[in-house]
Amino acid sequence: MEATVAIPAWRTNLATIAALMARAKNELIRVPGAAIPGVLAPTIFFLGLNGVFGALTQLNGFATGTYESFIVPISMLQGAGFTGAAAGVNLARDIEQGWLDRLLVSPAPRWVLLLGTVLAASARALIPASFVLAIAFALGADWPGLDGLLIAYLMVAAMAAVAACWGSFLALRFKSQSAAPLMQAGMMALILTTTAYAPLALLQGWLQDIARVNPVTDVVEAARQGFVGSVAWSQTWPGLLALAGLLALLGALALREMRRTGR
Amino acid sequence: MSSLARNARVVKALGMRSIRQTFRRPQLIAPIIVFPTLLLAIQTGGAGGAVELPGFPPVQSFLQFMLAGAMMQSLMLAGNSGGIALAVDIEMGFTDRLFSAPIPRFAIVLGRLAGTAALGLFAALWFLAIGLIFGAEIESGVPGALLAIALVTAAAMAVGGIGAAIALRTGSASVVQGLFPLVLVVLFISSAFFPQELMIEPAKTIAQYNPLSFIAEGVREPMISGIDAADTLYAVLAILGIVVFGLILSARALRHRLRVG
Repeated sequence: MEATVAIPAWRTNLATIAALMARAKNELIRVPGAAIPGVLAPTIFFLGLNGVFGALTQLNGFATGTYESFIVPISMLQGAGFTGAAAGVNLARDIEQGWLDRLLVSPAPRWVLLLGTVLAASARALIPASFVLAIAFALGADWPGLDGLLIAYLMVAAMAAVAACWGSFLALRFKSQSAAPLMQAGMMALILTTTAYAPLALLQGWLQDIARVNPVTDVVEAARQGFVGSVAWSQTWPGLLALAGLLALLGALALREMRRTGR
Repeated sequence: MSSLARNARVVKALGMRSIRQTFRRPQLIAPIIVFPTLLLAIQTGGAGGAVELPGFPPVQSFLQFMLAGAMMQSLMLAGNSGGIALAVDIEMGFTDRLFSAPIPRFAIVLGRLAGTAALGLFAALWFLAIGLIFGAEIESGVPGALLAIALVTAAAMAVGGIGAAIALRTGSASVVQGLFPLVLVVLFISSAFFPQELMIEPAKTIAQYNPLSFIAEGVREPMISGIDAADTLYAVLAILGIVVFGLILSARALRHRLRVG
């Protein structure tokens, strides 16, 4: 009789995460239409906001003369927000259809199931971000430099993870796709109540106050720095810190709901 | 009971059903009220400095200017939501049951449009209330507010006609839902959110001819300056144009639906 070799837990966990990510990728390939809203919405916002509010750069206080450069990081982060929220909607659909129940009876730890969903959203968010960025460059947005570009993409991927944690938390809490507007509106509010449309000094009083305390303002500024000026560590670390805090908070909430589900 | 009264009862019943459906489902009411309110707040706070730009029309505040844009966004999304709900009815076979009932076909579409118009009315009242609460003044007073409400309600019904036509033609809720981004595109290339003179090309030129610009100006003028006969007339003509377009599309789509079943 052959002796069975125990596979280390970390390897099975990695394999589960990879399988969940592959499932998300398959969905993208097999139902390409499902990705269109996530790509279209930020692109439309980018083109629309640029066409409508482009003249705002004539106001004193803008660090750049092109609104494309100023607004493109917002559209990239919006794409991340939509993609992350969509991960929540998909999880709610999995709950409604009983798919999650099957995953829950598997020996995979709950945090692995959550991490698979979150990392898939992070990877997926790079698609709308790249699409919007290509359009922005075609319209004349400034080249952010390789370091600025990498930081912007890092912010996008991490923001999608934050949104996926938020979406997963709500999906596990309400167990219904009806919570979708809350997932999307929550992310929209978080990203847009920042220096999204104008620099802090030009925001109206109430929005200025909110933007000051909203951690995503630091994320926006970190993602934007290369597009409107030069990259500096002093502009980068607050964004990284904000994302780490948001991930810890929303990740803990989502994980708590995941652990409670089915018990 | 006369046939007119009977038809009115059918339209009322279907209209009430459509309103109840919208308010019971958060995914239907959110795009109509929550998102436009959120965007109104953020755009007013974020781009409020725009009133200092040379060429910006004299306004009391950017909120006063933006109210019409929020109403336009809301009414467009109400039209889209009405189309989605009608498509769901078709998918679930409810419309087939209505087709076999002894009621005129136009009443089925009109009932849905009555519901959409009611949502437009609700949106107009909602945003007027928001504006007044946060200090925006309606320069032309009560008559101006009534005019804005009437234009928004009529425009919601007109846009709902196009949504209903697409729902009848395709019979698919996901197709109608897929038009959601298109609604935003059409709105962004109008003067709903910014003065047309200050927009960037090519949006500026397109906005000049976009019928939604005429409606937005018709709704906005009573709020920021006063009732202007020409602006009101253009708004009414734009709404009528959309109504006629929607009616033609709906009639053709209805014939198609009855033919294919």
